[in-house]
Amino acid sequence: MEKKDINEVEKQMNLANDGLSDKEKTLFSDARPQVVPPVHKIFENFRNWARAQSLWMLAFGTGCGAIELRPLMTSRYDMSRYGIAPRPSPRQSSVFIIGGYASLKTIKRIVRSYEQMQGPKFVIALGSCTINGGMYYDSYYTINRIDHYIPVDIYVTGCMPRPESLLAGFNKLKERIRAGRADGMNKYAENFDWYKKNQKRIIKDWNMPDYNW
Amino acid sequence: MEDFLNRLKQKVEIREQIKQRDDLYFITIKKEQTELVLRYIKDNEKFKHLSFMQAVDYLDDSKFMLIYMLYSFSRKVSLGVSVFIDRKEAIMTSMHNIWPHLWQYQREIKEMYGIDFPSSPRVNEDFILESWDNMPPMRRDFDTLKYSEETYYQRPGRKTNDPKEYMRKKLYNDFVKTPKLRDDK
Amino acid sequence: MDIWTKIFYAVISVVIATIYGLALGGVVRKIYARVHGRYGPPVWQPFIDIIKTHAKRVAVSHGIMFYLGPVFRFAGGLGTYLFIPVIFGSAVFANFSMAGDLLLVMYFIFFGQLGMALGAGEGGHPYSPLGIARGLSQMTTFEVPFALSVIALAIQYHTLNITAIVAAQQGSILNWTLFTNPFAVVAAMISMLGMNMHSPFSIVLAPQEIPIGPPIEMNSSFLATLQTNRGLFVAAKLILFMNLYFGGATNLVVMIVKTFLIYMFSVFVGAAFPRFRPEQAMRFFLKWPTIIGIISIIFVAYL
Repeated sequence: MEKKDINEVEKQMNLANDGLSDKEKTLFSDARPQVVPPVHKIFENFRNWARAQSLWMLAFGTGCGAIELRPLMTSRYDMSRYGIAPRPSPRQSSVFIIGGYASLKTIKRIVRSYEQMQGPKFVIALGSCTINGGMYYDSYYTINRIDHYIPVDIYVTGCMPRPESLLAGFNKLKERIRAGRADGMNKYAENFDWYKKNQKRIIKDWNMPDYNW
Repeated sequence: MEDFLNRLKQKVEIREQIKQRDDLYFITIKKEQTELVLRYIKDNEKFKHLSFMQAVDYLDDSKFMLIYMLYSFSRKVSLGVSVFIDRKEAIMTSMHNIWPHLWQYQREIKEMYGIDFPSSPRVNEDFILESWDNMPPMRRDFDTLKYSEETYYQRPGRKTNDPKEYMRKKLYNDFVKTPKLRDDK
Repeated sequence: MDIWTKIFYAVISVVIATIYGLALGGVVRKIYARVHGRYGPPVWQPFIDIIKTHAKRVAVSHGIMFYLGPVFRFAGGLGTYLFIPVIFGSAVFANFSMAGDLLLVMYFIFFGQLGMALGAGEGGHPYSPLGIARGLSQMTTFEVPFALSVIALAIQYHTLNITAIVAAQQGSILNWTLFTNPFAVVAAMISMLGMNMHSPFSIVLAPQEIPIGPPIEMNSSFLATLQTNRGLFVAAKLILFMNLYFGGATNLVVMIVKTFLIYMFSVFVGAAFPRFRPEQAMRFFLKWPTIIGIISIIFVAYL
């Protein structure tokens, strides 16, 4: 009982923001991400339906797979009929597509962008590189498993996956959202320390706030 | 082109000379004469353009090869000027006075191979690798697989196939038995 | 009529106008998609988008002005709409029309953008001040031909009351301002292109180089408020133009048909023309539309 309380207290503690200079520390929040439980069931179902019908994806091409997003916008594949639209700002988007391999330099930006997105937020990981490293499994600068750094909802396999499979991935994500199982935001908040430990292990010059809200 | 190489041979020592194609030549020169030769070629022999600069690690000979790839717009010929430097003390004179954009290549080579170019601008800044604290990764004695296994989380259950065997079993049985490749002609 | 009935009617009218404006946006997206040869999003997509942005679980705020920015913007849209008589002779859709309401409406068109500027500025993102600077300067310039055209109307009809202007255009199609004072209509329609921020003058939102401009930091319900306002504001502007230049409307169907056609003008121009840079847009507004606006005043006053 007592031990649990200590954990609770530790969880409530503010973030250190060690990477920032003293001057910058005042500019950034040191609050942890909070778990926001879903509201009443029927209401939440309705909200999940709306979330599934209007997926705004963050227009941040993190790797070679970003090239597959362009055909999706064109008249051949036309993602807008599923309510999917690109959105330039992480504040307004709800889907993050990790386009293929993520190098160390990119994962830093990925984490930053992911944390700036407002929950509920969903992640689609594209290509085998995000699953186990793919053809870059022995590279010195490419991470192997994206799910150790941010929570992932849907994997789309292939190298590279065609736009059709990406659309199939979007439809799977919609099913998941409607069933209420796409809860990456709360998963991230619950396992925040584990994710941060993994991220800080590889990003050696951590010069940003611990949580970028 | 042959004239030019003969003229150059009279002036400096050319250790090796390869003609790859009609429009692609390689020469190897002494390290001490690099600046001299490059300046001479640029000013007098119309090789005004430096396409790129690259390094090659010859681990067995304990040497680095630096190659300056030049191009002449009037001759329409590419010329690779290569220099061997010692691997133990990897220091090379910076050539950014001849072609100013060399500083960027030298910065990359410094990061990837650990070859130092004293007096080259911004040579110590990070180029691609942010906060790299290990041995320069493009050196051949750097084990990338080991580093990757130690640093990044491997997903268990990864299977590797020999591409030839796999494709023989899967699809192209006839092709693998009697391959018809380019060297048949 | 007592004030409570009036407020009740105004609420009905605002809700209908918002739904109409948003549906119009959906229809236009569908039309654009069909022009591209795509299937396109469903017509009700803007409504789902608003529900979804409201359904976000967390929201980031940057201070009091950040809260007030969308509120001011919405107040601007609401104010614009509430002083325009939507349907001529209808009690429900008369709103709070009164003498001199045209000036008030013009003020409210500007007000929303100013409030938004204060709010978005506090977001701290470098792109939002950039978008605001572009938006406000473009707004200042397209107000010039519009104001000239309104002055021409005031001279022509000897009033600044929108209801009176609509009343003066009743009877025959030839009584519309479109036929009695064509120069004023041309100047105002060109300034409407800037007001709607479709393609030739879409540099304010600039989706490519300064991602969506002023509202870049707006998230969750802040953004939903802005989206709702966009629907209402579009409807309000179209109804204003219909009242001033195209004879107003005597029932809802006529209103919908006329405003839809007016909006199609800006959509067609947007689909056909590439984008102006900010300084080009400003020069454009201060050149031809302004000259046409001055001609319209001379036309009304001396000819």
